Amino acid sequence: MVLSRILEVADLKVEFRTYRGVVKALNGVSFNVDKGEVFGLAGETGSGKSVTGLAIQRLLPGNAVIVEGRIVFDGRDLLSLKEDEMNKIRGKEITAVFQDPHTYLNPVFTMREQFRDILLTNDREIASIKDKREIEKAVHDRIIQMLTEVQMPAPERVIKMYPHELSGGMKQRMMLAMAFSLRPKLIIADEPTTALDVTIQAQVLELMKSLQKKYGTSVILITHDLGVIAETCSRIGVMYAGRIVETGTVDSVYSEPLHPYTQGLMRALPRADKDLKVESIGGSVPDLVDLPTGCPFHPRCSRAMEICRKINPRTLNIDGRIVECHLYDGETSRGRVA
Amino acid sequence: MKLYEYAARRMALLVFVLLGVTLLTFILSRVLLDPLAAYVTEKTNPNAIPAIKRMHGFDRPPWEQYFFYLRDLFTLDLGWSKVGHMSIVDAIATYFPATAELTIVAIIITLLVGIPLGVVSALKNNQLADHASRVFSLIGISIPVFWLGLSLQYFFTYWIKMAYGLPALPSTGRYDPVLAINTGFKKITGFIMLDSLIQGNLIMAGDALAHLILPAITLAFLNIGVITRLTRSSMLEVLRQDYVTMAKAYGLPQRLVIYKYALKNALIPVVSATGLMFGGLLGGAIMTESIFAFPGMGWLSYRAIVYNDSNTVLAYVVVASIIYVVVNLVVDIVYAWLDPRIKY
Repeated sequence: MVLSRILEVADLKVEFRTYRGVVKALNGVSFNVDKGEVFGLAGETGSGKSVTGLAIQRLLPGNAVIVEGRIVFDGRDLLSLKEDEMNKIRGKEITAVFQDPHTYLNPVFTMREQFRDILLTNDREIASIKDKREIEKAVHDRIIQMLTEVQMPAPERVIKMYPHELSGGMKQRMMLAMAFSLRPKLIIADEPTTALDVTIQAQVLELMKSLQKKYGTSVILITHDLGVIAETCSRIGVMYAGRIVETGTVDSVYSEPLHPYTQGLMRALPRADKDLKVESIGGSVPDLVDLPTGCPFHPRCSRAMEICRKINPRTLNIDGRIVECHLYDGETSRGRVA
Repeated sequence: MKLYEYAARRMALLVFVLLGVTLLTFILSRVLLDPLAAYVTEKTNPNAIPAIKRMHGFDRPPWEQYFFYLRDLFTLDLGWSKVGHMSIVDAIATYFPATAELTIVAIIITLLVGIPLGVVSALKNNQLADHASRVFSLIGISIPVFWLGLSLQYFFTYWIKMAYGLPALPSTGRYDPVLAINTGFKKITGFIMLDSLIQGNLIMAGDALAHLILPAITLAFLNIGVITRLTRSSMLEVLRQDYVTMAKAYGLPQRLVIYKYALKNALIPVVSATGLMFGGLLGGAIMTESIFAFPGMGWLSYRAIVYNDSNTVLAYVVVASIIYVVVNLVVDIVYAWLDPRIKY
């Protein structure tokens, strides 16, 4: 069982030092990703989804500090690696697909140039070729092969273009091609479909799923769109204020959400099969500089108890599902823990 | 539209811009300055003045004069330069290469120092190297040219020789005329560096370069500050962009991320600033050329203004504007090459 685990994040805490004060972006995030699995990370804006993704790649901005925690990727503790060792993992073993393909592709280089540098840096096969002309040929062939695989229209023409000449969908296909071209073990896809039209969204998701199956890649899919997760993922982690409040299989979490926040999210989801009114969750995400005491969700929770205001809930394992809520904690809800 | 079509269209527009320039300068110089002043001295017989006026067409109505002026411009017959003691076309051919040489060396120094300093400053943001380079560029922007020029002359031509017996750098002129005669130097294009290299006269080339160093540093100092600050802020901005994160996420080596992916984006504003500097400097740096007695366009135009030499002033303005407009065109073309998003 442990052998099939590709990524293990344990008690990850990240803070940003800003002029406003210390922003506690992650307050103890733990989750696992298995080999070949698509793990969905859901949550509102500011819940820490993207920070988690960047922390795994060690790409956090300069004012961020990883206070504590462990990130074990394929048997290696990423946080203890030197920067140059980490850089060998980035690209070769972990790649990324980002939210807005328009800002993540470099505007002043052609697609070919950008793709080429990625391949030249990371691809062992291409690095082993000696002859310069043959390298160029191998690079070209690989790019065209990958673009064909992501069903890019007219790949020969597209590689000569600049990012601004491509449509949003084409750019996202390009990012997928780049991400999968290196056969990584893990892809971190941060809101890969958010910037796209709904029809294109479905195509891109479908494409990502089929490539993921084909190469057996593990994917962390970060999104605020629960519909996207339902279609794509096997397991889901729901984030709130820098913690994962509930983890489980998509089936179990969607059919029987445990945490009040997850329950609220599910009620906020429009459904075609039942004629239910869409409800919103009152209030807003807490200020990460000044988190409320106790459970960070208690000011918005309709089932909050006295204890929720005082003590942060423990991580509970209920029939293989993980939840952080006093409602399910026999000890704390009866007030035995001070 | 192709780039060359764009260039061609801009060239066509250039004609109209230059027509406007000639009209403006013509009105200014013929109204504000007496064109006759170039052709008379205190010793001229007053009775001859009407004849001189007629000879140069100054007795005709202004609009007629303007057409004659345009005709003369096209036939490169721009009259006599009183301060240059030669025809204006000869004067420009003599003085312009000096300024061009000075400008090119000054710009090279500016970019070679300014861009790396700006990049280092951005990479070491708010660290010692950054503070040092910011103070340095602030000093560069604040120091008056006349003070810097005189100080450099004092230290490098007087002090290092007197105090340490080191060889001094020349502080005036373009080259040593005695050396020119001794090494058999001949002028071909008027660009001393180029001419001496063509003739394989390395001694002269070295001498000309030595003469350029102090005035070029003086000119470069101010511009280094501007370029450093611009590169720094532009680089900082670019390093925050998502495509830099993307490049890092794919494990690209840091020098590739910085010197290729970030720098090309960061240089876009630097190119336009450099272009404006280039145009401005080619027009002649009056103060610097005067301090170093450097026979360039700035020096010529300064004397022309002081001695009421309207022919030379007029020619100077036209030449300076042509240079400025052409340099701007070149900048726009380089810009389009650097940034493919630009529509033209």
